[in-house]
Amino acid sequence: MNRDEIRVCILRVAGTNCDRETKTALQDVGMTAEVVHFKQLSTKENLMEYDMLVVPGGFSHGDYVRAGAIWGKKLMATMGKDIRRFMDEGRPILGICNGFQVLIEAGLLPQSQGVSRFPEAALASNSPSGYNCRWVYLRLETANTSIFTKRILKRTLRIPVAHAEGRFLFEGKKADRQLEELINNRQLVFRYCHEDGEYADGKYPINPNGSLYDIAGICSPCGTVFGLMPHPERAYFGWQSPNWTMETGKEPAPYGDGGLLFESAAEYLEKKF
Amino acid sequence: MNLTEVADTVEDSGALRIHIINATENQLQRISSQLKLGLNPTEMKTVQAYFTKQGRNPTDLELQTVGQTWSEHCFHKVFKGTIHTPEGKIRSLLKTYISRVTRELNPPWCISVFEDNAGIIEFNKDYAIAAKVETHNHPSAIEPFGGAATGVGGVIRDVLGVWADPIACTDVLGFGPLDFNHENLPPGVKHPMYLFRGVTAGIGCYGNNMGIPTVNGAIYFDESYVGNVVVYCGCIGFLPKTKYAQNAQKGDILLLAGGRTGRDGIHGVTFASTELTKESEEASRPAVQIANPIEEEKLKRAIIRIRDRSLGSGITDLGGGGLSSAIGEMARRFRCGAHIRLDAVPLRQRGLAPWEIYISESQERMLLLIPPENAKAVLEVFDEEDVEATPIGELTEDGKLKIVSKGVEVANLDITFLFAPPPVERIATYDESQHEDATPPESHDLEKSLVRLLASSDIASREAVVRTYDHEVQGHTVLKPLHGEFGGPNDAAVIKPLDESWRGLVISCGMNPQYGKVATYRMATSAVDEAIRNNTAVGGRRIALLDNFTWGNPEKPDRLGSLVQACKGCYDSAKNFMTPFISGKDSLYNESPLGPITPTLLITAIGIIPDIRNAISLDLKVPGNPVYIVGQTFRELGGSQYFRLKGIRGGSVPEVRFPQAKDIMDTIVEAIDRRLVVACHDISEGGLAVAAAEMAFSGRGGLSLDLKDVPREKTVNRNDLLLFSESNSRLLVEVPEKHAKEFESIVTDVPHASIGRVLKDDNFLVKGLQGRPLVTADTRELLARWNMGSEGGR
Repeated sequence: MNRDEIRVCILRVAGTNCDRETKTALQDVGMTAEVVHFKQLSTKENLMEYDMLVVPGGFSHGDYVRAGAIWGKKLMATMGKDIRRFMDEGRPILGICNGFQVLIEAGLLPQSQGVSRFPEAALASNSPSGYNCRWVYLRLETANTSIFTKRILKRTLRIPVAHAEGRFLFEGKKADRQLEELINNRQLVFRYCHEDGEYADGKYPINPNGSLYDIAGICSPCGTVFGLMPHPERAYFGWQSPNWTMETGKEPAPYGDGGLLFESAAEYLEKKF
Repeated sequence: MNLTEVADTVEDSGALRIHIINATENQLQRISSQLKLGLNPTEMKTVQAYFTKQGRNPTDLELQTVGQTWSEHCFHKVFKGTIHTPEGKIRSLLKTYISRVTRELNPPWCISVFEDNAGIIEFNKDYAIAAKVETHNHPSAIEPFGGAATGVGGVIRDVLGVWADPIACTDVLGFGPLDFNHENLPPGVKHPMYLFRGVTAGIGCYGNNMGIPTVNGAIYFDESYVGNVVVYCGCIGFLPKTKYAQNAQKGDILLLAGGRTGRDGIHGVTFASTELTKESEEASRPAVQIANPIEEEKLKRAIIRIRDRSLGSGITDLGGGGLSSAIGEMARRFRCGAHIRLDAVPLRQRGLAPWEIYISESQERMLLLIPPENAKAVLEVFDEEDVEATPIGELTEDGKLKIVSKGVEVANLDITFLFAPPPVERIATYDESQHEDATPPESHDLEKSLVRLLASSDIASREAVVRTYDHEVQGHTVLKPLHGEFGGPNDAAVIKPLDESWRGLVISCGMNPQYGKVATYRMATSAVDEAIRNNTAVGGRRIALLDNFTWGNPEKPDRLGSLVQACKGCYDSAKNFMTPFISGKDSLYNESPLGPITPTLLITAIGIIPDIRNAISLDLKVPGNPVYIVGQTFRELGGSQYFRLKGIRGGSVPEVRFPQAKDIMDTIVEAIDRRLVVACHDISEGGLAVAAAEMAFSGRGGLSLDLKDVPREKTVNRNDLLLFSESNSRLLVEVPEKHAKEFESIVTDVPHASIGRVLKDDNFLVKGLQGRPLVTADTRELLARWNMGSEGGR
C-alpha cells in the first residue's frame, strides 16, 4: 500500500497528553494519523479500519492505581478480541511511555507465552524516585526483531524520557529466567547507555530510572508489538534536540533520531499490505 | 452575638435572612466577622443602605456574594482605590502606572489587555498568544502541594477562559532558607523545606498530568519568605484570532462544566485578603482547594473543541469567589442580568447551604455562555469527553442577579450595586532613609567568592527541580530551561507553537527581591530590564509584560508607599522600553508573625522570534571566538549577591538608564538577526563573574577574560566591584572571529568591549585591572560547584 494510505490510530483517554506531537511526527513521515478517543473506538468505530495502533504518552485516567493499569485492563476488557485479531494480522502496536505501561498492564508485552492475563513485568517507580525529564542515549540491541527498528542503521539513539514510573522489572524468582528469555528471543530492543554506546550498568542518570538490565524498550517475539519509555515523537525534528544550538553557523538538522522508529513502521506497512 | 439572634430562615430554601437594616455599626461588624464576609465598617454600611432602600433584609447568600465580589482578591481595591502619597493623590495605581503604559503606547498587536482572564496579543496574522501569571501564596503556605497545584490549575483555567489552548507554564517561587532552624519557626508556620518540597511537587504534578510543559521559572530564598511563601504560576495559551468569542447576549445559557461543587475552597478570597496568623492552619484549611488535573485535561479538550466549532459566546473560569464571581463578572461584562437555578449545580456532597454552593472554589470548573441553539451540540461534546456540564441559568435583560434555591428566591441584587463598592482611600508614606555606600574592604580572594556565589542559594543550578517538571511535552520546546551538553541555565524558553511556521515565542522573567529590601523603585525598573534582557539574549523582541506584586499589608502606609514606588518604576521602565503591560495580579497582606514579606515584584516577558532557527543559547561554542561585553558597569552592588555573601546591607541598587538600555537591547537583537552572535547571556545575580562562568561551563571548553577594557564608571576601580556589580542592561556575547568587525560596527553606539576569548581547554581565567590573574579555575570544577548547590533541594 502507499504510505499515505496507511491509517494510524492514535488512541486517547482522559489524561492522554502526547497525542498531538505523536500525530505530527506520524503525519510528517507520510502516514495518515488520527487521534481517536477510546470511547469512540470501543463503541462507534472499528479498530480493523486502521493499519497501526499507537498508545501515546500521558497519565491515562490519572495513573491513580499504577501507571497504565486502569487503561490496560479496560483495553483488554472492552476490546480484547479486536486487539488480538489486529495483532494476529501483523498490524503493529506501539506504546510510548504511558502507552508502554498500558501494554505491559494489558499483558500485550512481553508476550513470552502469548498475551497474558496478568502483567508479566512491571514498570515500577523510578529509582531514584520521582519524575525525571531528561535526554538519554539508547543502545539498539537488535534491529531485526521489531518492525519499528529495521531502518535504524546506527548503534545509539538520543531521545528524551519523562516519567516517574519507568523502572522495568521482572517479578521475584522467575526474574532471571524471564530476562534470559527476553534476551534469547531477541525481544530486548533498547537499553540505556552512554553517548559512546557503553551500557549504563544501572548508573544514574545514564539509566534514568533504575531499570533492570538498563531496559528502555522491548517488543513481542514476532516484533509487531513494541513499547518503550523514551519519547521518539519528542526527538523527531532536529530543533527539538537539547543541543542543536551547539552546531554554530548551521541550522538545526531537519530530523532527530526519533523519526527512525516511525519510518521503519511505515516501510514495514508499505511492504506488508 | 449569636447568629440566630439576627437571622431567620427563608422558607425552605436553606438560606438565612440576616437582619441588618436596623443593626448598629457594632452589630454590623460582628455580622461581617461571624459570616467571614471580610467587609469593613464603611462597606457594611453601604450594604445596609442598599437593603434599606430595597425595604428588606439580605440573605446570607447575598451578603456572601457582596463579600466575595468586594474582596481585595476579586476587586483589587488597593490598585483601583485612591492613595494619598507625599507627592499628592493617586486615583488608581492600575490606571496611573500599569495600564497607562499600554494605553499610551497603544500597540496594534495588543488584542485584549486588562479586561479578560488573560492578556491577549498577536502571534502572527492568524494566531494570538494569551498569557496570565497568578499568585497563590496564601494557600501554599497552609497546604503547599494543594496550594501550588491549584495555583497552576487556576492559571491554566484563566487561559482556557479566553478560549486559548495552554501550551506552556512558568513558575517563580520564593522560600525561606532550607536550613532554617526549626526552633525559630513561629507556631503555625511550616518549615521552608516542607514547603519547598510540597510546592515544587504540586507544580510538577499539575503541569505534567495535564501535558503542559513547564518551561521557565526561578527560585529565590530569603528570610522574609519563611512566614510567607511566594508562589507565582504562569500559563501561556495559543488561539486562532477568529475564535476569540466574548459576545454573549440575553437569553444565552450559563453552562457550568467540569468538576462537581463541594465544600472546598470556601472563603478562599477573603482568606487571601488577610494576614496569616497562627490560627490560619485550622481556620483556613477549608479555604485550600483540592486538585484533580485529569478533570481539567478533559475540560480542556472539550473547550478547545467547542471553540474550534465556534459554539460558545462567552467563557470564564471559576476561581476566587467561585460561581459568585464568575456569574457576576459575566453579567456585568455583557451588560445583562443573570437568573440562576442553584439546585441545578451538581454537588459532590449533600448538605451544602445555598451560599456555600455559590461561593465554593472547587477546582476544575468553567462557566460557558452558549446561545440556546448551540446547547445540544455543546452538551454532546462534553458528553464525549466525559465531562459533566449543566445549564444553571441564563443571561437576562433586567440587570439583576436573581438566584432561586428550592423554588424560593434567595438573591435579588442589582449587578451595578455589586460592582460599585465604596471607594477605598489609603495613605502611603515613602521611606526617605538614604542608603549609605556600604562598600566592604577590597577582597582579594575573588576566586573563592566566585565559587561560593555559584553554589549560593539564589544562583546554584535548579536541575533537581527542573527535571521533575516535564518541559518537553507537546514537543515544541526549542530552547529548554537546561540547555546543551551540561544543562546550562538558559535566559529564556523558546516555543515553536505551529507545525507549519518557524515563528516562535520567547518566555522570560525578571525578579530580584534583594533589591526590594533596599529600594522598590529600582527593584521594579531592574526587574523590567532583566525580563527584557533575558528575552533579548535568546533573540526575542516585540515584548509584552506581565506584572505580579507580592507585598505586605497595604493598610500600613510604609508598605503601600513602597508599592506606589514600584508601580512608578514599572511605568517608567516599560514606557521607555516601549513594552506594554498586558495582564497582572497582586497578592497583598503577606504578613506573618515574622513580619512583612520583602516586596517582591515579578515581571514576565513574552517576546517573539521570527525564526526559531536563529535562537541563541548561552553556552560558549567555538574556541578562539572573541567574547564581548555590551553595556556599562557602575558601582551598583546594593542588594547584590556579593554583598549578601559578605553580609552587607544597603548600597546603591542598580539603576536602569534610558535611552541607552533600550538601545542595547535593540542592538543585540539586530546582531542576532544578522547572525553575528553564537552565544549570549545576560548579566544579573552575581554579576559579570557569574555570567561568564555560566557561559563557560555550559559549553565544552573554557574562557579567558581580561577586565582591563570592561566599560565602566570611574568609581568602579576595584576588581571585586567590577566582577560582582549587578548593573542592568549588560550582556555577554560570543561572536565568530570572522564577524567581529561587523559586530563592532553595529554596537558602536553603545558601551561595549571585547574582553575575552573562548578556550579549547577547560580553563576559566580572569585577569584583573592591574593585569594580575584573579581566577584560574577549571570549568568542570565550577560546574560541579554550581550543580552541588542544587542538591540542597533534593
